Amino acid sequence: MDLSYTPEEEEFRARLREWLTKVLPGLPPKPSPDDWPGRRAYDLGWQRMLYDAGYAGLHWPADAGGRGATPTQHLIFLEETEKAGAPYVGANFVGLLHAGPTIAAEGSAGQRARWLPPVLRGEEVWCQGFSEPDAGSDLAALRTRARRDGDDYVVSGSKIWTSHAEVADWCELLVRTDAKAPKHRGISWLAMPMDAPGITVRPLRTLAGSTEFAEVFLDEVRVPVANRVGEENDGWRVTMVTLSFERGTAFVGEVVACRRVLGELAREARKNGRWDDTVLRRRLGRLNAEFLALWRLTQWNVSESERSGGVPGVGGSVFKLRYSRARQDLYDAAADVLGPEALDLDSPWTLDRLSSLSYTIAAGTSQIQRNIVAERILGLPKGR
Amino acid sequence: MDFQLTDDQRALRAGVRELLDRRFGRERLRAAVDAPGLDRALWRELGEAGFFALRLPEAEGGVGLGLPEAVLAFEEAGRALLTGPLVATHLAAGEVPGAATGEAVVAAVDGTVVEWLDEADAVRGDVTGAVAMRSADPLTPLHRVPRAGPPDPVAALLTAAEQLGSASRTCELAVQHARTREQFGRPIGAFQAVKHLCSEMLVRVEVARGAVYAAAVTADPLDIATAGLLADEAAEHGARDCLQVHGGMGFTWESDVHLHLKRAWLRARRGQSAAEAEEALAADLVAAAPGPRT
Repeated sequence: MDLSYTPEEEEFRARLREWLTKVLPGLPPKPSPDDWPGRRAYDLGWQRMLYDAGYAGLHWPADAGGRGATPTQHLIFLEETEKAGAPYVGANFVGLLHAGPTIAAEGSAGQRARWLPPVLRGEEVWCQGFSEPDAGSDLAALRTRARRDGDDYVVSGSKIWTSHAEVADWCELLVRTDAKAPKHRGISWLAMPMDAPGITVRPLRTLAGSTEFAEVFLDEVRVPVANRVGEENDGWRVTMVTLSFERGTAFVGEVVACRRVLGELAREARKNGRWDDTVLRRRLGRLNAEFLALWRLTQWNVSESERSGGVPGVGGSVFKLRYSRARQDLYDAAADVLGPEALDLDSPWTLDRLSSLSYTIAAGTSQIQRNIVAERILGLPKGR
Repeated sequence: MDFQLTDDQRALRAGVRELLDRRFGRERLRAAVDAPGLDRALWRELGEAGFFALRLPEAEGGVGLGLPEAVLAFEEAGRALLTGPLVATHLAAGEVPGAATGEAVVAAVDGTVVEWLDEADAVRGDVTGAVAMRSADPLTPLHRVPRAGPPDPVAALLTAAEQLGSASRTCELAVQHARTREQFGRPIGAFQAVKHLCSEMLVRVEVARGAVYAAAVTADPLDIATAGLLADEAAEHGARDCLQVHGGMGFTWESDVHLHLKRAWLRARRGQSAAEAEEALAADLVAAAPGPRT
């Protein structure tokens, strides 16, 4: 058990810090949350800066244009960029963290050459067309169908919860190519150009009032068969290769951010007098323990994946269960520190509290995560 | 960074588990419940195996290992519900003659309680006015004392390690039962209501594990306070959920679940209280030089 970093890791950290100190002051002002073209330009601009400095695709394999960095280097990168207040991955999320790695793992040489470099260089944005109105937790029940017509698939159906759909160039799309096969075996993975005729994007308003994601309606959209990654009807496996590829780094930046936010909250409580409330003060102390422990668990998981060479694991479910709850507890405690300000939509705490509600739902609800932990780690029988 | 067990640490853990399986398995555990008392032969065997002298320098006849190894050994002790003043004797090694080798049994005042006072050859702390009580834990005789002893961070960490071992064991016991006990024509572990109890037990264990192991590496007071809070939670809540999964059987004397729960309650009373740990962690949030940030 060793929590110290190697000289190489420390050097990586020092060079990254130095670079961040140099470039962050020159960043353009952050666009407003509703300015989607502005957000796209800002996020792509940041990705281009990372690319030019040699930090793009840090965790991607070298033969896909990535840096082949170790999980620990990736942890350091996420920790330092968060601490320095660098931009988030934003519109580059799907390209860098899902569609890209999927293409890197399962795509042909031609597909890799076409789609991967623009993601790394910050030139193209991807969105994800997985969930449907009737296929949420039961994703494999998806019904958007693709009919073969010559060299094209003709796709009809609808997708939901698609982030950045308004400004995406490509959509990683799951479609049903065999309606008669068992549900997991009739799905294919397509790269759909978002400017194809027949696509309608309708923004969805969240309970926080923002339009963070959209519904996407597909009416006879033609997608070349050449855009299919993997074999026809093998799309479920193709998708899961990446979905389960978890190196323990998924929430590094967020845990670092939560620890900073908790410190801000404690100082706020000192200022407004709520710190004298013993029960509330101890609750903040407990949250300090919670996030320190989550940081330690992150280091544990990252070291584990470093040892196993990044073998897919389900430890991420354990982490997400605890973290999503802790994040909601943090913003509930914030509301008790702030009093009436917690009801003011102009307070950033209010929006963050509202956003925290999505954490126990997005990317696998806590109920689904508990099933995964019980069945895949503890070996309990399947059944509902 | 390599925050995982080394091969030597894995071997040490396996060795302690094997020793305790052989010398303090279920039959021996239940015999101890029926006839309480300290097994001096086992105590000496633990001494020979280096359990008490683990962190003593080799020059002083010890094993020369560190806190991480001690934590792994105490985790196994907690898992096996091993009896005796383990933490007090371990801490007395090198100071109280015979403690390191298991020739002596050393008790210590922790809070306002002393475990195993009547069996002890030496006692650390002021036990003037000690009064015996009927202990809720059938495997740990207790005395109350009027004056509290000072908290010891290493004792707190080793206690957290025992809690972690117990929590991990109750999770296993619950899962074993849920796999084999059938109702409505299928194993109760196939029902989500039961499944989710078990999943939450594992989550608490794994979060506590990271905290306990990190505290063993850093020996930082805040890491230790965190480890104590989370390991207590994992052990107490875990034993309760294990009891719940066992249903009526869990409420019987013959089940081992109550032994874990009662010991977890007892250990949670050692060292600083949860309120004190939370206050220390709160103070850190507004300190000029905060504790471990990364």
